[in-house]
Order: sequence, then structure tokens, then C-alpha cells
Amino acid sequence: MTSAQTMFEKIWRQHVITEEEDEALLYVDRCLIHEGSRHTFDQMDEENRSPVEPDKVFAFSDHYAQTTGRDNGLGAIADPKIRGMIELLTKNTKKHGIRHFDIDDPDQGILHVVGPEQGITIPGILLIGADSHTATHGALGNLSFGAGSSEVYHVVVTQTLWQRKPKAMRIAIDGTLPFGVASKDLILAIIAKIGHGGAAGHVIEYAGSAVDAMTIEQRMTVCNMSIEAGGRAGMMAPDDKVLDYVHGRPYAPAGADWDQAVAYWRTLPTDDDAAFDTEVSLNASDLAPMVTWGTNPEHTLPITGRTPAPEDAGTEADKSEIAAALDYMDIKPGTPLDTIAIDRVFIGSCTNGRIEDLRAAAEVARLGQAKVPAWIVPGSAAVKRQAEAEGLDRIFSGAGFEWRDPGCSLCTAINGDILQPGVRCASTSNRNFKGRQGLGSRTHLVSPAMAAAAAITGKLTDVRSLAKGN
Amino acid sequence: MEAFTKLTAVAVPIDEPNVDTNQLCPTRFNKMPIGDPDYPRILFHDQRFNPDGSEKPDFILNQEPYRNAEIIVADRNWGGGSSRETAVYALMAFGVRCVIASSFGDIHRNNCLKNGVLPVTLPNETCIALRRQLRGNLEATITVDLESQTVTAPDGTQHKFDITPVTKRCLIKGLDDVGRTEEFQGAIDDFRARYRNDLPFQASIAKP
Ligand code: SF4
Repeated sequence: MTSAQTMFEKIWRQHVITEEEDEALLYVDRCLIHEGSRHTFDQMDEENRSPVEPDKVFAFSDHYAQTTGRDNGLGAIADPKIRGMIELLTKNTKKHGIRHFDIDDPDQGILHVVGPEQGITIPGILLIGADSHTATHGALGNLSFGAGSSEVYHVVVTQTLWQRKPKAMRIAIDGTLPFGVASKDLILAIIAKIGHGGAAGHVIEYAGSAVDAMTIEQRMTVCNMSIEAGGRAGMMAPDDKVLDYVHGRPYAPAGADWDQAVAYWRTLPTDDDAAFDTEVSLNASDLAPMVTWGTNPEHTLPITGRTPAPEDAGTEADKSEIAAALDYMDIKPGTPLDTIAIDRVFIGSCTNGRIEDLRAAAEVARLGQAKVPAWIVPGSAAVKRQAEAEGLDRIFSGAGFEWRDPGCSLCTAINGDILQPGVRCASTSNRNFKGRQGLGSRTHLVSPAMAAAAAITGKLTDVRSLAKGN
Repeated sequence: MEAFTKLTAVAVPIDEPNVDTNQLCPTRFNKMPIGDPDYPRILFHDQRFNPDGSEKPDFILNQEPYRNAEIIVADRNWGGGSSRETAVYALMAFGVRCVIASSFGDIHRNNCLKNGVLPVTLPNETCIALRRQLRGNLEATITVDLESQTVTAPDGTQHKFDITPVTKRCLIKGLDDVGRTEEFQGAIDDFRARYRNDLPFQASIAKP
């Protein structure tokens, strides 16, 4: 008997080597690491082990990469501790024969941007990343999730991973994203709806007409932030758009392999009557541009809204959470979001550092002049080249934005790019945790167009009002 | 990995829900070597210390008896966010071996288990009650017994918690995962041969 299966179930089963009680030993197809994976290499040294399939491990210098003066190579990094993290990765990957997209590589960039770009990410696979935003890759129809350094160590030295099977959640999104509303707004709205831990223990499949209509890059933005809803992974069916996207990329299957791959990948989408453990639905047509007001991504409201008051919350814990968040963010209850003045703008990250994101930001940037320091940090060297070929860098520079080199930069603020205490930033990244962009800094998560709008007005702004006025 | 069997210790109540791994280990400490003498200062660093390095007296970990806490009683969604295992190293360096919460970030929960730190899931009302009892009695301790899967509250009430048999066995014996996996080497080799045959386009990787 063959019963209806979800895509998650199909991919999971394909990778089970054996089971022991409630844990499965899974075969891993690709593993992505970065400078922060030093503990994984330390463990390899201690236990005297090496990678079993080094050609399936890919390393990226992104978290600690400097975003100016790249022509000077490592010399541009003044802090020896930061420089040391990149040097250490270079040394470790050389030693173990691992492909490393180092800072001088023409294809360098953020692991979740470069993986798909290079065809390292393909449908059907199990991909493990040393980073919680590994869910991004699931937009291409595979199972991708993040792991800590011990689990990544296990993957690298055995090409397998023990894992309890997560539950399956489907988020069905119908309707059409209205004018001025980006896929970033959609995922923020989803997180607001189900909560910061709402999908804990689940793999999320995003489906519905709104997903079908999205470009691959828009889909990656949605899958990217699955972890902000607590999800183990996010995924979407591999349709023709995915196949077109993957075809011809450097590490993707080619020739006869490609035809065989496509035939198999077409069997992966969820069967019509497959059952999910949890179902959520949402209509994209109802959405407005979103912005976070607090200190986790669940603290999200439409830009037309006002900050909540602690009294509005149901439980004591929620009351104190809202009060603490407002206090940290230095905003009063009931403040209209579109009156909040900002000091900085950051456009980039694995959530919104791709070419379509930069195009959306440039469309708005051309309407004015930046009133506050506004940085554009492309997600990869390839994105940067493409943007320059399209003249986006000149639009940004003309509007007073700063055009920088690719890396994680102000998303996590460990490469030396950092905000000072009290500084308020409109950011296209994915986390607004306390201190995420620097000790005492304050983050408002927004889409690229909304970030550009904030830059040219100096405050959180409904991007739809600018476009209308044009 | 250090084994976990039974622990009776000071427990610190942390009321805030959604404590993310950035709070447990602020990003800039990710590059600190594990044996560094400052490692015990990482946990909740930015809430615990002023910019000049002095303690913030209001923060609970700077108060007695909680400086010696080996157990944390938290709220919902403990350890969401970044996959950094340094968050667990920070807990261990402070001396914490067990976190009780009503839910956990999945990756952080796994990271705890790989290091012999026990994540215990109990209903939120129970977590709230435990925290209230701890606040009411500074002499109080909590006992966590993995063998019987119970948490004994300061007032003597026992709360049963769930844990799967494999996880329990690994923790009690302090078993390392790679050793466990190697026992299945035959199955792995068979799988790999089959996988190469069935899905060669995924099993191998194109060289550009
Ligand atoms: S851009 Fe931010 S979230 Fe993405 S990988 Fe880099 S640090 Fe992590």
C-alpha cells in the first residue's frame, strides 16, 4: 500500500539509513560551514578524525568578512581576532581538502546566498548548515536545517546525522501580495501570527497560490525566516521555476544526470491528500508592509499600527515581556510606528541581500536622498557584480547610500561593522534581538523597499505613501 | 560528553519568555576559545555586566544564592534563534547542567543534549509554580533525577517529565554520538551503495 505523503516525508524517508527507537540516522548530501565552525575543526583535531566526503562540505568566509577595502585582502581587517577567524578557516579547509569561498574568491558571499547561486543547493537533498538560517535552501525543494558545532562535527566525519523526526506543518498562503508588500512582509506576518516558537518541532511547507506566484528569491526570503517562527526547516515544492533556476549552475547535475534528476524531483511535491500535523492558512491579499517594534521577530505589526501596551497582554509573562521590549527599544506604548525616527539603515543579509532585493531598494532610493547613514551590503560577490552591471550602485551612491562589499555585516555585527549603544536601525536582516547589531543597539526589521523608504525620510515610513506621491 | 544522572542544586528562576541564544552568548564571544578564563562571564553577559566590566547588581545571576545555580527554571521558548553551540558552552562554564522550561528552541535543545546539559520540558504552570517557590525560599533546591524522570520541587512535589529512551541512555552513560554511529558502519556502507545507484545525481557532486 502506498499512502499519500508530504514532500517532507518523501525526502526524509529517502535519507534514512537506520532507526533506533525514535531517532533516525540520516544520510547527509551537503554540509555548509563558516568561520564560526572552529569548534567543529577543534573537535576533529582532538579526536583525530577527518571528513569522510570532503567534496560535500563547503566553507564560506562571510560572518567575519570586512565590507570595505576588500582589494587589500585580509590586510583591511585591523582587528587580529577577527582576521584570525578567517585565517583559521582557510587553514582548516586547506588541511582537510574542503572547498572554501574565501574573501578573495570571485564567488565569495553569505553561505545561504552562495549555496543556491552555485548549484550546491538542489532539490531532493538533505542539507545541513552550521547556521540556523539554513532553512533558506528549502525554497528549492529539499530538506535543509541548521545544527550546532557538535552535530556538524558528526556530519563532517560520518556524512550522517541522528535526528528525531520533526512534525509537518503546512502554511497555505492564498491571494496575491498587494502593491508595496514584499515576501519579507509575508514572513513577518506569519511569525506574528504563529509566534516566535509557533513552529517549534515542525518542518514547515509553504504552499498556496501566493507561493506559486513568487520568484525563487522571494521564496528564499520566506524560507529563510522559518527559524524565527521556531521551525526546524522551511520548504517549498520544486516547480518549473526551481528547475529553471537550478539548471546550468556550476555544482548542479548536468547532461544525462540532469534529466534523471528532473524525473525524480518531479515526484517530490506533496501528494494531494497527504496529512500534516498542523495546518495554518493566511491570505496574502490582506497584508500591509510590516515592521518589528520589539526585541524578537514576533513583535511585528503593520506599519500603519501603534506599539502595544503591556496592559493589553493576557498573561503576566507577556506583560513583562512587552514592557521590557518597549523599555529596551525606548518607545512608549501606543506610538504610531510611522513616527519613529531612525539613525541608521542596513540593507543586506541572507534574508534580503539578493539582486531582486537590491532592485526593490533602488526603486525607492531613486525617489530621494538618504537622511541617515544607509548601507547596502550585497549578499555575494555575484550579486554585487550583477547590481553594478545594472547600474544599481550608481543609483544608491547618487542617493547618498553607501555601496559596500559582500558579507553578513550588520546582520550579526561581528566583522567590525557594529552599531553604537542606543542607535536605532531599520534593517532588512532577520533578528531584532537585544544587542544583535551591537551592544545596546535597536533593530526594526523591514523589507528592502521599506528600509530604503526609512533612509530617505529618516523615520519608519509606509513605502506605499512614497510611491503614491511619485 | 559528561554523563547526567541526578542533580540536587540551587535553581535560578528566569521569568522572561523567549530567551534567545544571543542573550546566552552575545555574538562577539563566539570567537573566544573554550578554555578562556573569562568563559564563565559570557552567560547573559550584557544583562549581567556594565560596559566597564562591573556587575549589574539587579541581575539575578549576580545575587545570592543564584551565583551557584546549576539549574535554570525558565518560561516558554528557551534558546530560540542562532544555532551557536557557544550558548551551551556558556551555560556549562557558569555551572548550569539543567534547564527547565515549557518549550525550547529545537537546535539549542539538541546542542544541550550533545554536551550533557539536560533540557527538561514541563508545563508552563509548573514552571511558574517552581519559580514562585524558588523566590519564596532562598535556601530552596531542586532535584532532577534522570533515571526516574522526575523533578522534585522545593515543596517536595514530584513532576514527571518525558524523555526518549535513546536520549536518556546517551545522557546517563555520557555516550558520544560518533561512537554510536560507528556501530552502524555496515548499514551506512550499504545505504551509500544503494543511494549512489538510485540517485547518482544527488550522491555525487559535479565539479565545476
Ligand atoms: S546574514 Fe545574518 S543570519 Fe544570515 S548567515 Fe549571516 S549572520 Fe547569519
